[in-house]
Amino acid sequence: MNGKNHRLAHSHTRHLRERLIESVLLLAALSSVATTFAIVAILCYESIPFFRKVPLKEFLTDSQWTPLFDDAHYGIMPLVAGTLTTTAVALLVAIPMGTVIAIYLSEFAPHRLREVVKPFLELLGAVPTVVFGYFALGVVTPLLQMIYPDLSGFNMLSAGLVMGIMIIPYISSVSEDAMRAVPMHIREGSYAMGATRFQTATRVVVPSAFSGIAAAYILGISRAVGETMIVAVAAGMQPNLTWNPLEPAATISAYIVQVCLGDLPHGSIGYQTIFAAGLTLMLMTLVFNIAGYWLKKRFREVY
Amino acid sequence: MNQPNINEMRGLIARHKRWDIIFAIVGLVCLLVGILTLLALFGQLVAEGLPRLKPGFFISFPSRSAEEAGILSAWVGTTLVMLVTALAAVPLGVASAIYLEEYAPKNWLTAVIEINVTNLAGVPSIVYGLLALGLFVYQLDLGQSILSAGLTLALLILPVVIVATREALRAVPGSIREAAYALGATRWQMVSNHVLPYSQGGIMTGVIIGLSRAIGETAPIITIGALTFIAFLPHPPVTGEFPYLSFAWLKDPFTVMPIQMFNWTSRPEEAFQHNAAAAGVVLLGMTLLMNGVAIWLRYRIRKRIKW
Repeated sequence: MNGKNHRLAHSHTRHLRERLIESVLLLAALSSVATTFAIVAILCYESIPFFRKVPLKEFLTDSQWTPLFDDAHYGIMPLVAGTLTTTAVALLVAIPMGTVIAIYLSEFAPHRLREVVKPFLELLGAVPTVVFGYFALGVVTPLLQMIYPDLSGFNMLSAGLVMGIMIIPYISSVSEDAMRAVPMHIREGSYAMGATRFQTATRVVVPSAFSGIAAAYILGISRAVGETMIVAVAAGMQPNLTWNPLEPAATISAYIVQVCLGDLPHGSIGYQTIFAAGLTLMLMTLVFNIAGYWLKKRFREVY
Repeated sequence: MNQPNINEMRGLIARHKRWDIIFAIVGLVCLLVGILTLLALFGQLVAEGLPRLKPGFFISFPSRSAEEAGILSAWVGTTLVMLVTALAAVPLGVASAIYLEEYAPKNWLTAVIEINVTNLAGVPSIVYGLLALGLFVYQLDLGQSILSAGLTLALLILPVVIVATREALRAVPGSIREAAYALGATRWQMVSNHVLPYSQGGIMTGVIIGLSRAIGETAPIITIGALTFIAFLPHPPVTGEFPYLSFAWLKDPFTVMPIQMFNWTSRPEEAFQHNAAAAGVVLLGMTLLMNGVAIWLRYRIRKRIKW
């Protein structure tokens, strides 16, 4: 009798312990949701004082960004232009090369080559961005200056090119996974119709995997838009409203870094501007991500 | 069938096949461009930085004179920040992954958490820096300290750790779980005694990849206000008198390797560029080492485990 009671008691604590552990695990899982909320809350909360001072219209239309000068202007456009220009240069490198590499590795390359090459590509994506920045400033810019002698020491072209190389592995590995997920019988069907490898790859596999490839592009765009150190090192930090990649300019993220390098008292105008800039950056990534989500849905193929 | 038609066919096939070869060459060239860039980057760093990589470089503080400057405060800072990051990110990330993979019911809350983890992976790192500046440094008053930096990077790599851990857990076959249940194990006993030990290799891989990303992160650490010129060490974590462990270092100002390198890169003098390259070699060495370990671990797991 006594033993039975004891066993029941044991089972009771056992149940309690299980519930306790489950709650702790749920709490841990909720921490990521809390992080998202904290990001949105902090960005909004800290930029409210800024938007009280600067009307939204001026923020979006003024063509100068000089918040720390005596003659202060608060137009975000120069920073947005810098961000979009470096992103465009990076994508012009990364999207064609990343896609070609993905097609090559998934459809053409022998198994051994793929096993050897993939870790190298992964390493390319793992190099710290400040090292890439040093490379852009110290190697790529001098090389470009041999072609365009009057290229300035800081320019968006070299930062964008190196950023593009950095993004290649992100695009190629995600698109390759998408292409390899296309079932074999679809390829076999294409070969049976007499198509060559190239025709099968470009007209059958790529369209079937396009949803995943689009996701890879969006990942690449997010990386490029938010990338900081390469542009901070190699593109100069002068806000400059231009779409010409040969000129120096600052991006949103480079501006934030530049301000943070100096003395930054809590509540000063400099402190407020970086949160307003951060909010803009966050909204830009959000727009790209929503576009990506839509693309993914639009082109999804189910087998 | 008449003869000329077949010849035409053969020509057509040959033309189409030519594209196969052209594309294979283009693909190989693209691949080579990527890999050669990696090699060029490495070669340049080593060529520029090797002369500075003497023992003195590792045990000197930064200095106004390039020849006397070193990375002592930087690598100590990086080590301590990584310690905080790992201690915060690993339990949190592994626990989240266990919940999502082994416990979560199929409901809206789980869906929200999953979408959220995916989206967090796409948030630019500098935004994490702003979060940390507003939240850790000012709201929670942790200051511009090692603790703030470590927690920031922990949040940054949390999605990496969660995704990798979930994959490792998913690779454990369901039959193992059923066998544990059949012996009367509770869910937590099943997870802690069976699933976790079998997946620890995969989890380790994910953690190392995450930490190797954190070690090179510069922007969020600059955002919380890490100083670029630190000529002293944080409080030692181990002290001579009781209770032997001290946590004063958590609140100390600090610098880390990538910031030290960035600081030297942005100076115009040639000599400091060499220092930057030398710091870059050390930083890249740390990253490559961690990634190498991760790749090796993954390879070993794939070879060893056959369910």
